[in-house]
Amino acid sequence: MTDMALEKAPAAGRSLWADAWSRLKANKAAFWSGIYIVVMAVVCIAGPWFTPHEFTTIYQDYTRVPPSLSSYPKPEMIDQAVKDAVKRSRAELSGWEEVAGKIKMTVTSAKPIDERMTRYIDRSSVFENAVVEEKSDDGMKLVISADVERLHFYFGTDTIGRDLLTRTLIAGRVSLAIGLLAGLVAVVIGVLYGATAGFMGGKTDEVMMRIVDILYSLPFIFFVIMLVVFFGRNFVLMFLAVGAVLWLDMARIVRGQALSIRRQEYVQAAEALGVTRGGILLRHVVPNLLGPVVIYMTLLVPQVIILESFLSYLGLGVQEPMSSWGVLISQGSKNMPGANWLLFFPSFFLTTTLFALNFIGDGLRDALDPKDR
Amino acid sequence: MSSQPFGGLVMLRYVLKRLLTAIPTMFVIVTLSFFLMRVAPGGPFNQEKGLNPVIKANLEKQFHLDEPLVMQYLYYLNDLLHGNLGPSYNLPEFTVNELFAKGLPISIQLGATALVLALFFGSLMGIAAALRQNKPADYAVIATATAGSTIPSFVIAPLIQLAFGLGLRWLPVGGWGDGALINKIGPILTLMLPQVAIVARLMRGSMIESLRSHHIRTARALGLSDYAIIIRHALRGALLPVISYAGPAAAALITGSIIVETIFAIPGVGRYFVEAALNRDYTLVMGTVVVIAIFTILFNLVVDVLYAVVDPRVRYD
Repeated sequence: MTDMALEKAPAAGRSLWADAWSRLKANKAAFWSGIYIVVMAVVCIAGPWFTPHEFTTIYQDYTRVPPSLSSYPKPEMIDQAVKDAVKRSRAELSGWEEVAGKIKMTVTSAKPIDERMTRYIDRSSVFENAVVEEKSDDGMKLVISADVERLHFYFGTDTIGRDLLTRTLIAGRVSLAIGLLAGLVAVVIGVLYGATAGFMGGKTDEVMMRIVDILYSLPFIFFVIMLVVFFGRNFVLMFLAVGAVLWLDMARIVRGQALSIRRQEYVQAAEALGVTRGGILLRHVVPNLLGPVVIYMTLLVPQVIILESFLSYLGLGVQEPMSSWGVLISQGSKNMPGANWLLFFPSFFLTTTLFALNFIGDGLRDALDPKDR
Repeated sequence: MSSQPFGGLVMLRYVLKRLLTAIPTMFVIVTLSFFLMRVAPGGPFNQEKGLNPVIKANLEKQFHLDEPLVMQYLYYLNDLLHGNLGPSYNLPEFTVNELFAKGLPISIQLGATALVLALFFGSLMGIAAALRQNKPADYAVIATATAGSTIPSFVIAPLIQLAFGLGLRWLPVGGWGDGALINKIGPILTLMLPQVAIVARLMRGSMIESLRSHHIRTARALGLSDYAIIIRHALRGALLPVISYAGPAAAALITGSIIVETIFAIPGVGRYFVEAALNRDYTLVMGTVVVIAIFTILFNLVVDVLYAVVDPRVRYD
């Protein structure tokens, strides 16, 4: 009964969150950045299922091919591919021609040729469905026809012939996941620690914050590297390390906020009315903390992504054949002179994502900061 | 009220007090990194395949690695108090002190140049933007600042190498070249760009706030020239956030950037650290951590003292 009555009561005013949401929508940069991030996340998560290649598949005939909208092989590449494929079968090529979209190659040898040699043709990433069309009586001459396998590499391929588009998307999955998870780890530790210190106050607060001060003067990047090097390059450990290092700011912010909220008149009023400590915590402290926590979290995610990319760049992060944007950028910068697309695409994905996340963070700060109204 | 900011004694007492509190901090840092490093599997002499066990035992004995961990720790603390960072395990012909004597000047030179340039250009951009708030010049500065502080240095550095090294062939792609100016441009640019962006953003924000304050309005009413208002009055208040940023930034820049030194193949402290960590070169890793912690603490102290010089309202206590 009472519940229903409450639900039917007309909204007297807009809540902090409704207000913030309408202001966030009015902020063009933040709004479009939000859409961009959602699109990026969907593309990275779902994209690899729709790209025609697996991120681990190696196309040995297509190493370092430049990005192209039209399909591979290019007409001028077929000749070399035919030669390579026949050479692998240890037979002699006496000529080839293109007939109705099929490649007809004439193969000779000093000994009778086993018909199973078509497998060598199929094994090339350029041809498929190789079949023997004609066979000379002595078996030393075969005419083989094969379809040309049309492949698309929209972002080109890397140095060992893997599709860069699929790898960039897979890397995006990893980078975004690490960003979110490690960000979450940092936020949870920071909020718990900061709220405890701020709410307890007194000696406990002093000791807890002194510990934070000491940790602040640690050269933290060096600590992350030490952790990762000495305890193995493992996925879980890495974002634990990153998260465990980045919680300090969060703890300080939350503590400051908790201290100031505790001194507000409405908290004193609630205390005077006999509301329990838990009640005050739930009704007053937590909702007022949420704003800064959400803002800081959105600003933390790009930091984590940068840190992960940085570690991966040094070879300490995500390991092959898995990939992250940092791994790809590192490979790209090693292959710059001949293959700058290897640097360009991952850098573009990483940088635009970081931009968008920063814009969202700034937008949230403007939307949620009550002082700015 | 009794504490005049420039009362030499008060300042001296403050500095001494801060240095004293730095001792326990350093102690915690050293202890933490020492044991963290040692509980990890592997050791400096484990990788060499087929190392004669007798030789290995001798090596470990020479460096006290065969004794209990607590004893090793006490040996290290004792050496450290005498300013001796120990021998490097993987570069046996050098002590860690000698390695720093070679690497630190290089890192300091690059970092200090980048910082000074960044403070100068960043402040200039920030002031210019603040004076033309919401005009094209302002937006240009904001856009540059956002780009500069968002794009990570491991993206900027290869792009600089690609454009100026491989494309235009103006700069070498990497290497130190015995400190030739042309070899320093790339690393300094990479170190500098993100800092310029952050300084410009800070300066713009605090300058706008400073220009709105009452004493600036009074100065305007008194008919002071724009130049005098900006330089003598507004800038002073606006400098505070920049100064408090510059401290940690200086420590980070001067102790060497791992990424920049790795990409440009600069033999500085940052690169030592990565190699040392990979090789379990305990003393070199510890040395780097100690040196960097000292720099961080010192620069934070310098910043706090500078703070009081710029803003007399700040008091030491």
